[in-house]
Amino acid sequence: MTAASMVTGDWLLPAAILVPFVGVLVALPLGGRRAAWVAGITIITGGGIAAAIARQWWSAQGTLTYLLGGWAPPLGIALRADGPAVAMMAGIAVVIAGIAVYARADFAVPAAARETRTSLVYWLLLLSIFGSLNLAFLSGDLFTLYIALELLTFSAVPLVCLDGKGETLRAALRYLVFALAGSIFYLLGAVLLYGAFGTLDIALLAARMHPGSTPWVALAMMTAGLLAKTALFPLHLWLPPAHAGAPPAASAILSALVVKGSWFIVIRLWFDAAPALAGPAAAQFLGALGATAIVFGSVIALRQERLKLLVAYSTLAQIGYLFLMFPLGYDAAGTFVRGDALDAGILQALSHATAKAAMFMAAGLLYKAYGHDRLGELTGAARVMPVTVLAFVVGGLALMGVLPSGAYLAKKLLQASAAASAQWWWDAVLTAGGFLTASYVVLVTVRVLRRAAPDAARPAAVPRSQELAALALALGSFALAWIAVTGPLPASLVKNPLAPGELATLATTILGGALLAFAFAREAPFAAGAGAVRALRTVFTPVGRTLEAIDYTLRGWSVAGLALLLVTLTFALLMRMHG
Amino acid sequence: MNAITVYGLTAAVLIGVGLYGFIVHPQPLRKIVAFNVVGSGVFLLFGVIARRGAAAGFGGDPVPQALLITGIVVAFSATALAVTVLLRLQEETGSTTLASPPPPDFEPAPATLPPARNADA
Repeated sequence: MTAASMVTGDWLLPAAILVPFVGVLVALPLGGRRAAWVAGITIITGGGIAAAIARQWWSAQGTLTYLLGGWAPPLGIALRADGPAVAMMAGIAVVIAGIAVYARADFAVPAAARETRTSLVYWLLLLSIFGSLNLAFLSGDLFTLYIALELLTFSAVPLVCLDGKGETLRAALRYLVFALAGSIFYLLGAVLLYGAFGTLDIALLAARMHPGSTPWVALAMMTAGLLAKTALFPLHLWLPPAHAGAPPAASAILSALVVKGSWFIVIRLWFDAAPALAGPAAAQFLGALGATAIVFGSVIALRQERLKLLVAYSTLAQIGYLFLMFPLGYDAAGTFVRGDALDAGILQALSHATAKAAMFMAAGLLYKAYGHDRLGELTGAARVMPVTVLAFVVGGLALMGVLPSGAYLAKKLLQASAAASAQWWWDAVLTAGGFLTASYVVLVTVRVLRRAAPDAARPAAVPRSQELAALALALGSFALAWIAVTGPLPASLVKNPLAPGELATLATTILGGALLAFAFAREAPFAAGAGAVRALRTVFTPVGRTLEAIDYTLRGWSVAGLALLLVTLTFALLMRMHG
Repeated sequence: MNAITVYGLTAAVLIGVGLYGFIVHPQPLRKIVAFNVVGSGVFLLFGVIARRGAAAGFGGDPVPQALLITGIVVAFSATALAVTVLLRLQEETGSTTLASPPPPDFEPAPATLPPARNADA
């Protein structure tokens, strides 16, 4: 984001933010019957704008900048489209389009039916999330980012309680109240930074920022607040009920897209505004929280009885992955180098966005067909609903990072950074993460592949359009890898998936996953003959139960509130230690 | 002690009191009020920071004031949304607890929590 690489962007930048909100304003008076159409047109237009910005950025080879009203910072506000912003905008537009196709079957109003409030509100909220995310990606100053963060939360909370039932209202309120704590932490940090440096513009801050207790405390508060909104372990008390309780078309938005907004702002802070200030020690801590999230999220996912809760806990684990890139932005001597870590993080985020949306959609379809999502009673689903199950499994395979998907490239890049900066422990976390991701995918796959009981009720039919939307998004992660290696990344990163070495990795990961699933799952996914394998279960079941109890304690209100303070304090102390 | 220090300390006290309330009180309405107390502290702090412009011969720095107004609007909307959801929760379930049900074999079993239900459409 240096002055030399600055290129003046045109009206496309503000249009990317305005168009979705114009869609909201147009759809509101037109009503639920036409809202789906307005949303469709808006999403296509928004996708076109994102593609045009990407083209401009590619030909300009630098950050596109647009000054609102022609006023330059610090008085004015700048919108900036750099590489990460462009990639996120384009990827998010595709995921939103996929979700919209899926949601049509659930929220469109047939000609004969009466219009409901939900059908209107869903589309308004979807568009509003689209606009808020674009604002989060393009904003060049910390206060506009705060507005984006709040818009995102205010659009996400009603999505949680769209069906108006008691349990989902409770989940929504938990989410909102904890998110408010996060946003006030962020705002307080921003205020302190303004007090110390007289600007909130990220480029100006990066030039003016120097170590000191005010910027340390400010940065620590902002980071902790953003982590609370992203639901990084141990600040995740709101995520499982909110993501598992919402209707599937809403869960897909929440899990795939909304958490990426606040995560992206952490990147803006740590990589753009204050890389030298944050320091390697704090980054190690951030990465360690991510690693813990991977272990906790995956093991507790294995202990769920309901498919949607399993997917929600897998999101918790995948959020952990998104924070592994932060320590890898520093070299062995602790100097900030940026490197490939950021590219890897963006790839991982987009990969998770496509795959997780597909997995929630598939889980939603199973729920719709069977009338429940109890894992133990979904046997035989693979025979009756092969496309849905395929979407779930392909999504899972993409996340494992063993076949050439976006997550695979991310893993390769992060492993290369870890080797280059002599941080072998992150390599170990990445490998273990692959096994843990494989474990819950194997668990679900084994259940749905099993033959159903002969007297089992036949599930209801689900719309083919929804199944195909889920499958298309699941395949999106593989398309992402293809785009990445034909575009900015070296093609040598992808190896032939049929080469012996690659096949061996795939087999080891799935076998390891199966063993983990067997060790931790609440009900063993398959009967095992060998005594050694059975012993595994007797040893690990209590471990799983303990982790679950710890997770339940951490999701208590006062514990989570104290954790928020503790995380803030730790960040501030670690930054100070480095400075 | 000049006026600016007094304002700054008041802001710090408000933020501290609000955070205490947010963490300690289990009732959601108290938490919403606590959020507003912290918010007032942050806005007061921002107001004090705006006085920095006075040193350059201005009556105050205009940027924080513009941001402050926006911040207050955001906090107001947040409060309105939270109270609405809270009222609906009370209407639907008759209780306003935010506690979540424990995992199936968690011990000791809490006495007053509602049983876990499939909360899906």
